[in-house]
Amino acid sequence: MITSNELVEPATDSPPTVPSRAELTSRNIRDAVIRLAGNSQDGIQSAGALLAKLAGRSDQDVMTYMTIPSTISGGPSIFQVRMGTGDVLSAGDEADFLVAFYQHSYEDHIGFLKEGGVLLYDSDNVQPNLDDKRFVHVGIPITGLTVEALGGTAKDKGKNIFVLGLIAKIFDLDTVKLNSLLTEKFGGKDPSILNTATMAFQAGYAYPVGNILAHRYQFEHGHTEGQPIQVTTDGNTALAYGLIAGGVRYGAAYPITPWSTIMETLRSEFPKYGGLFVQCEDELAAVSMALGFSYAGNLAITGSAGPGISLKTEAIGWASMAEIPLIIVNVQRGGPSTGLPTNVEQSDLYQAIFGGHGDSPRVVLAPSTVEDCFYIAIEAARIARKYSTPVFILSDASLATRIQAFDEPDLKSLMVDPKPDLTPRGEGFRPYPLNGITHHAPPGTRMADGKYPVVTGLEHDEMGHPTGSPKLHIGMTAKRREKLRQLANEIPVPEVFGGDEGEALIVGWGSTYGPIHEAVKSARDRGESISSMHLRHLNPLPNGLEKIFARFKRIVVAEMNDEGLYGYGQLATILRARYCDPKIRSFTKTDGLTFRVKEILQGVLK
Amino acid sequence: MSLTESIPSPAPSPAKVTKKDLTADHPTWCPGCGDFAVLAAYYKLLERRQLPHENIVTLAGIGCSSRFPYFVNTHGGHFIHGRAVPLASGVSLSRPDLHVFLFGGDGDAFSIGGNHLEHGARKNINLTYVIMDNFVYGLTKKQTSPTSPLGFKSKTDPTGAIDQPVNPIKKLLTAGATFIARTHATQINHMIQMMERALDHDGFSVIECLSECVEFYPGAFDAGNPRKGGEFKLIDEKKWDGTPEDEQRHDITDELAAYALAGQPFPGLFGVFYESDRPTKNALEKKWSDSTRTKLGNPTDLELLQKTFDRMK
Repeated sequence: MITSNELVEPATDSPPTVPSRAELTSRNIRDAVIRLAGNSQDGIQSAGALLAKLAGRSDQDVMTYMTIPSTISGGPSIFQVRMGTGDVLSAGDEADFLVAFYQHSYEDHIGFLKEGGVLLYDSDNVQPNLDDKRFVHVGIPITGLTVEALGGTAKDKGKNIFVLGLIAKIFDLDTVKLNSLLTEKFGGKDPSILNTATMAFQAGYAYPVGNILAHRYQFEHGHTEGQPIQVTTDGNTALAYGLIAGGVRYGAAYPITPWSTIMETLRSEFPKYGGLFVQCEDELAAVSMALGFSYAGNLAITGSAGPGISLKTEAIGWASMAEIPLIIVNVQRGGPSTGLPTNVEQSDLYQAIFGGHGDSPRVVLAPSTVEDCFYIAIEAARIARKYSTPVFILSDASLATRIQAFDEPDLKSLMVDPKPDLTPRGEGFRPYPLNGITHHAPPGTRMADGKYPVVTGLEHDEMGHPTGSPKLHIGMTAKRREKLRQLANEIPVPEVFGGDEGEALIVGWGSTYGPIHEAVKSARDRGESISSMHLRHLNPLPNGLEKIFARFKRIVVAEMNDEGLYGYGQLATILRARYCDPKIRSFTKTDGLTFRVKEILQGVLK
Repeated sequence: MSLTESIPSPAPSPAKVTKKDLTADHPTWCPGCGDFAVLAAYYKLLERRQLPHENIVTLAGIGCSSRFPYFVNTHGGHFIHGRAVPLASGVSLSRPDLHVFLFGGDGDAFSIGGNHLEHGARKNINLTYVIMDNFVYGLTKKQTSPTSPLGFKSKTDPTGAIDQPVNPIKKLLTAGATFIARTHATQINHMIQMMERALDHDGFSVIECLSECVEFYPGAFDAGNPRKGGEFKLIDEKKWDGTPEDEQRHDITDELAAYALAGQPFPGLFGVFYESDRPTKNALEKKWSDSTRTKLGNPTDLELLQKTFDRMK
């Protein structure tokens, strides 16, 4: 981040109208956090997304963070972009640069602007406290200038792009690349839309901001020649395309925030690959139809957020018993019930692992970054097929909309063939072998001995015939559990980041990877003996974690859920039950917002 | 090549599929249960039509009648209560090479799975659904079912049922099912006939089959059984022969006429109430997929996904 003394020279002593400096002088920076605060209908998300995409194309690292109101239309909203050179692991605790469109945007977010930071506000709508000398105040009549630039009936639509032009000037962004991004985004059937966008951009870019600001900022060049090309996208999109790479071509779901964009993507994408995604009448139908696809030999995906997963639970129990592969995505939000539908929480871990009737062991995975959303989907598909079992992917609201740049995946080596295996099965085929892993013969498969299998939710013998035999229930329960133990043997032990031993090990899972990493970096820079480990496989856990835990004095599990009745968050409780290790502590929070680096440091060091 | 086209079609089964080949576990139903006759009719249908053995799929939800798949030697699935329609829809939509048959009872179809029945019908999924309606919950030993008549005494309505029963034919008509028939388990030839017509129908074909529960609702359907003094009254279908008497016959494409026929007092009419040739979801989805792929120039999966990632650069 920009340190405060690097920032602009205070310009508040000279009134903004005095043209003291027409040209900005250049200054190099490593990264910057820009927060756009307005209302959700102002298009700040699309302006922010364009910035993020530009960063990705310029071989910079980028991470975004956004909040959207759960109201139907409108309401306060922010989009934060952190872009720069080197690893950008979190969206930043504080902003270097705050754009406030309204008075409420200013009041709600000025506390996030770091001392010495720049407040760029719409002087048509915002009256900041100019006596507050901690910040550099840059007032620009954004609304008026946008209306002036565009004229006609557009009103103030386009002020997001006007601001993008301003930012492009201040940060010396690549306007050629930005213009081509504008063309990609707005260059549809109606040429007037692109025209308007271009005019708004140019008006913002041409604004004599040099009269008010001392510098323009230039990002240092980070990536060098020969580095892999970067792609920029959000978590839900990455997950959807990961499923396609993993050979998933069928799915069914019901809309719910923040899961819906995955189903929207798949509804359009699967047919291009000869597959199909169905919007069902409810969550129960969705999981059932997905199981129909899977039973027919086409590994399928269903997904939802917590409340919808609750509705799917009975059918997931059937998938465990009948041993049908299935991928279930839960894009977690604040709960229980309708809860905080547009906020983030990691409170569905228990639900994923234990939320079922009977002894029904499931596989539970959690992606750590946007990039990992892509790879975890491939891993989920692999496991579901190999072990013929339901697999949960626990993403969350922050990953869903977060935009990150990452190295382009090598698709050629990753693509999985989706075709069902209908090769005739030989004599003595048993769908449920007691001493082996089930691999079903999908319908359409010729059975050499003429005996056709029935998949079932009743306890069964090796042929799938219903049975109430105690011996068989013991054997089959063990069979369904043993395959997950086998899986545990092949899961890699996660790497420890920082030092191999020391004072404290922070254990995290899911979307908290970035802030935890950054907290460890910053603590180690200050000489603290702190490391971290991030779990992707939550059920079963990888083998050998106890050996890692033994090398640290304290294990602190950081997660975004409640400390519960006994003072431990959900993963902390599971790890304590698993390892019976009193060193395992818990650090949790339930404010519905992503972890700030500062919070983690405070939580771990206390 | 699209996924569904790429499924290898094995050479046809060598031998004729006989009843012996189709028989699996001995049914666990009570002696005298109407479901035995439905099973016999299904064997007969499969023997008659000689579908490739491996391409027949027999599915069910939960209930006495839903034990069906265990008694038939075909690929099969015994699912959870009420959700068999979406399960069967998944099989049908992703595997055009298969013949999907679904069996279940009135609880499965009209109560816990009522919403799925409606949406399967609306979407016009290509499958055949035989609902063995016995007007009572048998597996759980005599509770009121959604089709139990008013006044029916059960363990959950000890003084007689007070909730208006579902009229299955009216429900199916308003939901948009494209083939709707009614039959009686004691009328085996009629049952087979209805199953054959349902199989030939391209779309969501449903047969309500009155199938007596001898244990908990004995004699429920005697009024429709001539051997018990009742009347098995058939729908007189229009033959389109131009004769004056044909004017009076039932046009099975006439939804309103079908609705009126469905309102006849118990035991009502038997036969085909309604049939229409509205396109199936199977066909419409395939059309969308095929035209999209043609527009894209029928790329390989790798080419397609690579293009997507190129746009993210």
